[in-house]
Amino acid sequence: MMSNSHLEIIDIKINLGGKRVVDTVSLSLNKGEIGSLLGPTGCGKTSLLRAVAGFEKPDQGRILIRKQEVSGPKEHLSPERRNIGMVFQDLALFPHLTVAGNVGFGIRDREADVIRRRVSQLLEMVNLESYAEMYPHELSGGQQQRVALIRAIAPEPDVLLLDEPFSGQDMERREQLARELREALRQTGVTALLVTHDQMEAFAFSDLMGVMSQGKLLQWDTVYNLYHWPRERYVAEFVGRGVFIQAKVLDEHRLETGLGVITGHMSTSYPENTPVDLLIRPDDVRYDPQGEVKAHVESSAFRGADHLYTLVIKDGFRVVCHVPSHYTFEPGKEISISLDLQHLVVFPSVHN
Amino acid sequence: MQIAYRSLRKLPLPSGWTVTGAVMTLILLVPIGAICIYLFAPSENWSHLVDTVLLEYVVNSLWLMLGVTLGAGGIGVTTAWLTSMCRFPGRDLLSWLLLLPLAMPAYIIAYTYTGMLDVSGPLQGWIREAFGLSYGQYWFPEVRSIGGAIIMFSLVLYPYVYMLARAAFIGQSICVLEVSRTLGCNRWVSFSKVAVPLARPAIVAGLSLALMETLADFGTVQYFGVSTFTTGIYRTWFGMFDAVAATQLSAILLFFVFGLIMLERWSRRRAHFHHTTNRYQRLPDIPLTRGAAAVALIACVFPLLFGFIVPTVQLIIWALQTWNVMLDHRFFDLVWHSFTLAAGAAVVALIPALVLAYGNRINPSRAMRFFSRLSSMGYAIPGTVIAVGVLIPFGALDNMINDFSKIHYDMTVGLFFSGTVFILLFAYTVRFLSVSLQSVEAGLDKVRPSMDDAARSMGSNRTTVLRHVHLPIIKGSLLTAIVIVFVDVMKELPATLILRPFDFNTLAVRAYELASDERLADSSTAALAIVAIGIIPVILLSRAISRSRAGAR
Repeated sequence: MMSNSHLEIIDIKINLGGKRVVDTVSLSLNKGEIGSLLGPTGCGKTSLLRAVAGFEKPDQGRILIRKQEVSGPKEHLSPERRNIGMVFQDLALFPHLTVAGNVGFGIRDREADVIRRRVSQLLEMVNLESYAEMYPHELSGGQQQRVALIRAIAPEPDVLLLDEPFSGQDMERREQLARELREALRQTGVTALLVTHDQMEAFAFSDLMGVMSQGKLLQWDTVYNLYHWPRERYVAEFVGRGVFIQAKVLDEHRLETGLGVITGHMSTSYPENTPVDLLIRPDDVRYDPQGEVKAHVESSAFRGADHLYTLVIKDGFRVVCHVPSHYTFEPGKEISISLDLQHLVVFPSVHN
Repeated sequence: MQIAYRSLRKLPLPSGWTVTGAVMTLILLVPIGAICIYLFAPSENWSHLVDTVLLEYVVNSLWLMLGVTLGAGGIGVTTAWLTSMCRFPGRDLLSWLLLLPLAMPAYIIAYTYTGMLDVSGPLQGWIREAFGLSYGQYWFPEVRSIGGAIIMFSLVLYPYVYMLARAAFIGQSICVLEVSRTLGCNRWVSFSKVAVPLARPAIVAGLSLALMETLADFGTVQYFGVSTFTTGIYRTWFGMFDAVAATQLSAILLFFVFGLIMLERWSRRRAHFHHTTNRYQRLPDIPLTRGAAAVALIACVFPLLFGFIVPTVQLIIWALQTWNVMLDHRFFDLVWHSFTLAAGAAVVALIPALVLAYGNRINPSRAMRFFSRLSSMGYAIPGTVIAVGVLIPFGALDNMINDFSKIHYDMTVGLFFSGTVFILLFAYTVRFLSVSLQSVEAGLDKVRPSMDDAARSMGSNRTTVLRHVHLPIIKGSLLTAIVIVFVDVMKELPATLILRPFDFNTLAVRAYELASDERLADSSTAALAIVAIGIIPVILLSRAISRSRAGAR
């Protein structure tokens, strides 16, 4: 593990109600890094987050915050002694306190003057100075969101944990909110771990990202790698769009596919003639009037700036492709495309 | 993800909360248990009771229930419909004023109308004078009759139906009603064929509450000379000193009550289905023509007038005539007794309510939920029955203690439990726990589990969380719980009458005694005090209702 890691989770296992919900998960974040755990409902991501917070006691493994063990075989520090901050799914703002009261809750033991300064500094950071004396229910969803965030970071926690903080918001607003939050966090330099089932949120928010499924952390990597170099089929399917086409390994750099031989840097090397599935992302397929590959439009979805076409190449190969909005093709029409694959992400074939 | 909050404890062992909840429930079930144990005991008077009065009790009770169903049901549904769906002058004001009769205990309205309408009352006196008739020469309906009792109950119990039916009407999708209009139904058909059937579960729930109160009543039927179970139990206990027969009558009454509880539970569960959305819905405003508006106004003013205003005015008139005699030091003793008793009971009942509510929150389990359900059944059990059920075991305990002390120390301790305020507080707790529990649970619901976690993640330990998060948020609900139990105890008559320590009077008991001695005017100060205090929870209730209407979270 890296020596300057700020949050370290080592081989954590959690059982709940006789079921293993988190299975041997390890990850680490350096100071100031923002990480996301992505996964479907029930994959164990929230339990892992709650274990870091101290609300859940891991059955095995260790959790270190600033190199100090907070959960381990001997130690299980209670949440209030971990110096963490947490933003909750339902935000959990205290209805009986004003915005200022909420933000100052975690530092209310300090001097009145210090509290006042810290609260107004934070409110200013998220442009809520004029809302200090209002009550949470008088604010909009996005404003409540920001109050919940600065309340969590007011005591200057070592690690900030966020449990699906955007799930109560409108779809269209989520990405923007995630970016706003990220900016706010960047300013404070806090280390943060987010849990979400929305990948656009995770992309907008984080440096490092992991995909969890059935209690296991399948891959913990940079956002770029997770999209372009998924190490497991599940990760490839869960993150981003894409299709698999059947292929056969020719050598270290070449695959034979129904679209001809494709050359590129291969994610995993397989022996010659191994049947594999090749991942093709929409951004690997380009609309190209001079392109050699012909495809029929099967269906299209208008998305404003672009169309997302599902194309059928010969022999029933299907790919998806973004095409700028000003090119419009009716279903059934033949168009030319070219494949632009720098990296070949392959997995053992599931067809044979 | 809810799972995460439920699993703070992983051990299958029953937690401290479950055990405490179980013990508490067992203790609170003692009265019912005592009655069930005696159910099959031999009693010399039993067969005599069966031969003579049992049938009368059953028939009278059924008549009362039928009458109240029609009376309270009719008034409740009509007023609920009018105030929730139609527009007429004074609607907003009336929609909460219509709750006021809740403040009027049935026995007090009974005394008041008797005073007004009896042979010696002002109305009949005026008739005799105006027409030159003497008693017996004209027909006038007898107030102190089963019909009179039905009217009294209907006038003060309709708010239960009104409240629940109104909530159901408001919750109904307006679209449903509009669809029925487009399908060719006029307003009246829409009302009777769509709105009422949709609200039926709520109406049934309200009615079953009203009927529970009817069965539990002692003061009214006793005063009107209508023999029912409650008066029968009282007579058997104090007249024949036959505890066994009294408990057996109690058991039969419990049987009726149990049927009503089932009815209420069943209909409430069905009522759930209709609230498909939490969104605030604009109330439909059916504009009424002048004539119709006048009829609607009269229909809504009528129950308010006769259920609250007329009797209150009469009480005030009597009180003005008699206060200088009645307001002596003994009256202040009554007030003090009532106040301390009610305040004590309110605080005592809060303890099991807090334990059960917190148990359910910290360690939610089937068992815990079951215990809170079971221990809050007392709201349906008539005070007379609880009194009997409490007296038997504690009386036996007292006797055991006295026997023991006599043998070993050659002295008698006296009635350690059954002769003291202790037994009263216990009975009140059994009867009013559900009121307290409901308020506490409603308050605790506002404190979401994530708020605890949020506070703890910000460095607060459990005690700090309780003090700085829970207490400020639930404080209002705790106060509500205390106030409502306080007022209920203030109004409670039969249990207090039976269980009070020797020479210990309360306002309710005193009003009952004076009325029984035909000193109606003299009883008015005590009665008026009870009514005045009874208005407090009505105001709380109407505020809670209007707040939930605003659609705030």
